Amino acid sequence: MFDLLSSFFRGGFRHGVHPPDHKDATGARPIRRMPFPDEIVVPLSQHTGAPSRLLVSNGDRVERGDKIGEAQGYVSVPIHASASGTVVDVGLWPHPNGSWSEAVRIAVDPHSAQIPRPRLVPRWEDLNADQVRAAVQDAGVVGLGGAAFPTHVKLKAPEGTKIELLLVNGAECEPYLTSDHRVMVEHPERVHFGIRIMMQCLEVDRCVIGVEMNKPDAVEALNATIPDDLNVTVLPLRVKYPQGAEKMLIKAATGREVPSGKLPAHAGTVVQNVGSIAAIAEIFETGYPRIERIVTVTGPGIRKPSNLVVPVGTKARDVLEFCGGLTDDAREVLFGGPMMGAPQPDLDAPVLKGTSGIVVLTDAEAKPRITYPCISCGHCLDACPVFLNPTQLGKLAQAGRYQEMMDLSLTDCMVCGSCSYVCPSNIPLSQMFALAKGAVRREQQRAREAQEAERKAAEKEGAAA
Amino acid sequence: MSTRGSAPGAAGGGAGRSSGQVELARRLELVASPHLKAPDSTPKIMWTVVVTLIPVVGAAVWNFGPSAILVIGFATLGAMVTERWLGPGGAIRDGSAAITGLLLGLTLPPGLPVWMAFLGGAVGIAFGKLIFGGLGQNVFNPALMGRAFLQAAFPAALTTWPLPTGAELPGGGILAWAALRGDNFALPLLGSRVDAVTGPTPLGLMKFEGLSTPVSDLFMGSIGGSIGETSALLILVGGVYLALKNYLNWRIPVSVFAVVAILSSAIHAVSPAAFPGAPFMLFSGGLMLGAVYMATDMVTSPVTNVGAWIYGAGIGALVVLIRFWGGLPEGVMYAILLMNALVPFINRATQPRVFGTGKAVEASS
Repeated sequence: MFDLLSSFFRGGFRHGVHPPDHKDATGARPIRRMPFPDEIVVPLSQHTGAPSRLLVSNGDRVERGDKIGEAQGYVSVPIHASASGTVVDVGLWPHPNGSWSEAVRIAVDPHSAQIPRPRLVPRWEDLNADQVRAAVQDAGVVGLGGAAFPTHVKLKAPEGTKIELLLVNGAECEPYLTSDHRVMVEHPERVHFGIRIMMQCLEVDRCVIGVEMNKPDAVEALNATIPDDLNVTVLPLRVKYPQGAEKMLIKAATGREVPSGKLPAHAGTVVQNVGSIAAIAEIFETGYPRIERIVTVTGPGIRKPSNLVVPVGTKARDVLEFCGGLTDDAREVLFGGPMMGAPQPDLDAPVLKGTSGIVVLTDAEAKPRITYPCISCGHCLDACPVFLNPTQLGKLAQAGRYQEMMDLSLTDCMVCGSCSYVCPSNIPLSQMFALAKGAVRREQQRAREAQEAERKAAEKEGAAA
Repeated sequence: MSTRGSAPGAAGGGAGRSSGQVELARRLELVASPHLKAPDSTPKIMWTVVVTLIPVVGAAVWNFGPSAILVIGFATLGAMVTERWLGPGGAIRDGSAAITGLLLGLTLPPGLPVWMAFLGGAVGIAFGKLIFGGLGQNVFNPALMGRAFLQAAFPAALTTWPLPTGAELPGGGILAWAALRGDNFALPLLGSRVDAVTGPTPLGLMKFEGLSTPVSDLFMGSIGGSIGETSALLILVGGVYLALKNYLNWRIPVSVFAVVAILSSAIHAVSPAAFPGAPFMLFSGGLMLGAVYMATDMVTSPVTNVGAWIYGAGIGALVVLIRFWGGLPEGVMYAILLMNALVPFINRATQPRVFGTGKAVEASS
């Protein structure tokens, strides 16, 4: 009912949910630097796209900031050592996504000053767009909001599109997380500097920073530091989840809908997370690549909630210990926020470039819930930000009818969890949709491979004849 | 190449991989996202509906004396015993059977033998709900299925309407209030032994004798009729509360009322003598109870909001049609049951427009 009322006001996106934001524990805490741990483990696959190619081997000495993995292809970025030390092992290690993946283990040199090798800081004014993109890729910058999509790819308008607006994502709609919030409050001029570089690179003359209204200090700090010659507007947004999803943010800021299956560029927009923007600024301020990131460590199960600068590759265990350890009733450790974050089976999983927070939940939040039958209340339809019919999709998913789910636009589901959040019967809708999407993907992969094999066989036959 | 030393899964530090001093060995839960959950739950919704019905039951007892609570009680008992006996384990706790029984009881005449009420509750749950697969699977509102069964099986008993407040009973006062309004304790399948003062319902008066009843009487409930159709005010209050909690889709009762009001006003304007106007139509019979509590049953109403408008409008139109031109004075039950049958088609026809598709996007891009 309130959604109907609010849709009369301009701005915002329709549907979505209002979880409690739980940001009080860390929202006002300044970013602190965490000491280097004894050992870091840097996975070669930290971004969307091809994993990096290994450049080091056992026993190599590496300095902080040295490249240890090279980008493989355009949609890929290099990986850098986040601490000086010795490579002690290259092998499989638990990855925060639940798999084991190839990672470089570095024993951190306790006597090192941990200063990267001296390097030339590129003068961005002298670089053309291609050179800026190359510099951004070389620094290993990825989207820091969570998806870790290589940033340089987004610095170029795809074929056949025209970018009119740079949209900076400071919504940070996931409950508990405050890392973007603190960047905006503590380094607003760095955000603006990053925006300046991006605007030139994209050749756009307009930029909007979307910030949810539960961060008034961030709005204020950004507004106070806008350079006179930069066309930047800070847009306060009504608090609603999932406002930080690209498509929702574009809808909220411009009123445009990104066509289904298309990119934000098809709505004339590029969306970039504030953290990534600040990371771009850092390349041209210090020359340092992406070797650390700001992580919010919070939740009712952690003793000392903090916003920390953590070297990429630091194990969750070390981060949690630095924050005073877990409380006695802590039961679940998440990488990311509580709505979309991934539970960790193993505290040796390292912090990645895309790890925005570590949230520790207690028995109260993590206890399994009783599932009841679907009563067709329709609350999930009113919650789904992309206007799917989770009621029907859920019934199809339970029956394993994935193809019919595809006909009902399953691909548009971004697994934001809004449907599961509102479901009074505790049906794990978004989890079932994630499973269905995976199953469909594997099925398509198999079909492609079968087709390929057939084609090859036919070719061989043709050659033989 | 070597991998870690210890078994996966455990959070405890294996040799050579834990650098920490703080003990972090414990079992970690692995629950899929999201980890936050809105406070509503299915049992909470159901029991809230039950609670909002308590004032309606109270008003019924005020109007019809102990007979009302007997009939409602046995209908609820029949529903819950059947759910417990034939339903899936633990299903009794979700509260849905209690709602079915309460609502069924509220649609029955207060003088009904309790064994009929019990049977109605049992049939409503068994054949209205469990036979489809239990909660969430049924096509028709189980309470109305129970009532439809009773109406077909015992047409005379279901159309015998005692007058409220016992005003015309000998003695008056508290004794009159406490007197049974019919042979509530009749043995199954045997004839009635007690005579009660009965009278026609306002809708019956209208239909068969062309007499109207003051709307204020209808609103406050001091009229003859089934147990729960006599207090529009309390039903509306409960409905508004549930709508604010988002426990019922407000579009359904609003569209029912709107269509009934518009259609009956229009027909009344053409032929005022033969057909009553909107206020009488809205506050008489089971329309309030039906539109607020029965048509909004989540399981048997559309999931889409557009569908809710269509479904409510359909019920409203059918109510007017049956009341004005049908053979029965009241048509809410059949109107809802008929529209229940159309819900799957309404759902299919009113799928929401997926974000980023359709005309809005083509126009803007």
